[in-house]
This record gives sequence, structure tokens and C-alpha cells, in this order.
Amino acid sequence: MRPINEMTLTFPARSVNEGFARLAAAAFAAQLDPTMDELGDIKTVISEAVTNCIVHAYPDTLGAVRMRCRIYPDGRFEATVADSGVGIADIEKAREPMFSTGGAERSGMGFTIMESFADSFTVRSRPGKGTTVRFTKRISPRAKK
Amino acid sequence: MDVKIERLRESLKISLKGELDQHEARGVLMRFGELESQALPARCVLDLSALGFTDSSGIAVLLGLERRVRDAGGELTVVNIPPQARRVFDAAGLSRVMRFE
Ligand SMILES: Nc1ncnc2c1ncn2[C@@H]1O[C@H](COP(=O)(O)OP(=O)(O)OP(=O)(O)O)[C@@H](O)[C@H]1O
Ligand SMILES: [Mg+2]
Repeated sequence: MRPINEMTLTFPARSVNEGFARLAAAAFAAQLDPTMDELGDIKTVISEAVTNCIVHAYPDTLGAVRMRCRIYPDGRFEATVADSGVGIADIEKAREPMFSTGGAERSGMGFTIMESFADSFTVRSRPGKGTTVRFTKRISPRAKK
Repeated sequence: MDVKIERLRESLKISLKGELDQHEARGVLMRFGELESQALPARCVLDLSALGFTDSSGIAVLLGLERRVRDAGGELTVVNIPPQARRVFDAAGLSRVMRFE
């Protein structure tokens, strides 16, 4: 199925862009007339994915984060969030609840939350090359006003 | 993010206003650091009624505050949790280790 609209944003992995990214994604998804709950789910997954790029992907450099959002005729919202950072050696392990290589400020729940808030969720990664997460969220049709 | 810390007669009330993420969490944790030097009342309330958004960064913030309060001999209760935050905390099973109201 071909998307009916899409947008791509590229920004440096600075924490101030976490809020920007989730607001931009929410504004784009608004075309599908989502409920507050659906919008909250999208913002949450975007925030987790973008924060991971900022916190984990680039330990010694300031790299780029690329976010692509698409909407489909069947009411699906899809987003990919990608970095060209250190990558993840063992994805299965990284996705386990409470697994984290961060410090006390991280809870290791990011992937668990993304999984439970999205309808479908995949992680692709190659050590030294980078990480891409992709998720979809179905927006329920609402009676036309 | 706004952090308001109020000393009431027999309790401490902390209110968070705005969006909580990794970017904002540092400032919040720093404000909580102020509590360290003070004697804490036994009852501490965290009011989240004005929390517009949180992600997993909020989980570490809540757990850190809970530990701080408990180490000082007090008890933390989290009140007025908005639906989006509730869904994040539930996905992490936070209600099993903290007191929500
Ligand atoms: N984009 C990424 N680049 C490199 N490593 C990553 C990336 N995303 C996640 N990881 C690895 O996967 C682990 C688990 O990620 P997850 O988001 O579940 O938890 P966290 O980020 O450590 O903590 P939290 O999300 O609760 O703050 C991370 O600690 C990190 O080691
Ligand atoms: Mg994370």
C-alpha cells in the first residue's frame, strides 16, 4: 500500500529535540484525526526512540537522527527513527525489560513501552552502523463531524 | 518543566508541571537533590495533575524520588496521574513497587 502523505526530519542528537520530534510527529499524525489516547501513544513511542538515539547511539560524537512519518489510506500511521551510531550487538537482550547500559537515570523500559504502545514494532541494528526502529499505529476511524 | 516543592504542616507536596523526558529529567533530579539536606516529613505527595507528558525517563525520576523519601523514613504517594502517564507507568509495572492513588 502506498502512503498518502509522508515527511522526513533530520536533526542533531541533542536532547532539546526530543520534545520537538514528538510534537512534529503528532502534528503530522493529526491528519488522521486521532483520539487523544492515540496521539499520546504515538508521542510516547517517538519520544522513546529518539531519546535512545540521543542517549545511546553517539557516545563521543554529535550524530544525526532521522525521523520519517507516513500515513496510509487504511488509517495507519507509520514511523521510522534511525541513527548512524554504535548499533546494538544483541537486540533480543536489549529488548528485555529492565535491560540497560545506561546509568541510574535509565530504567531499561524504553523498548518494552514502545512494544506495548505500538501495533507493530521492529528493531534493526548493526554494530558500528546504526539502529532503525519502525512502528505502526492504527488510527480508528471516527464518525465524520 | 516546573517543579514546585511545598512544605505543608505535616507533609511535603511536590508538583510537576509540563512535559517530562530525558531533556527535562536532569533539572527535576537536581531539584529533588535539594531535599537531601532537609529532614523530610513522613508523608510525601507527588502531584502529577499538570504533567502533560512523560516517557520512560519519568520512571527513573519517580523511582529515584521514592527511594530518597524511603531512605529518609517517609512514604511517597503519587496522586492525580494523567492517562498518558498512567499507561507508561503501567507498562513498566510501577504500581507494584510504588503507591499510586
Ligand atoms: N539507538 C540505539 N543505539 C545504541 N544502543 C541502543 C539504542 N537504543 C537502545 N539501545 C540499547 O538498548 C538498551 C535498552 O534500551 P531501552 O530504551 O529499552 O532502555 P534504556 O534506554 O536503557 O532505558 P529507558 O528507555 O528506560 O530510559 C539501551 O540501554 C542500549 O544499550
Ligand atoms: Mg530508552
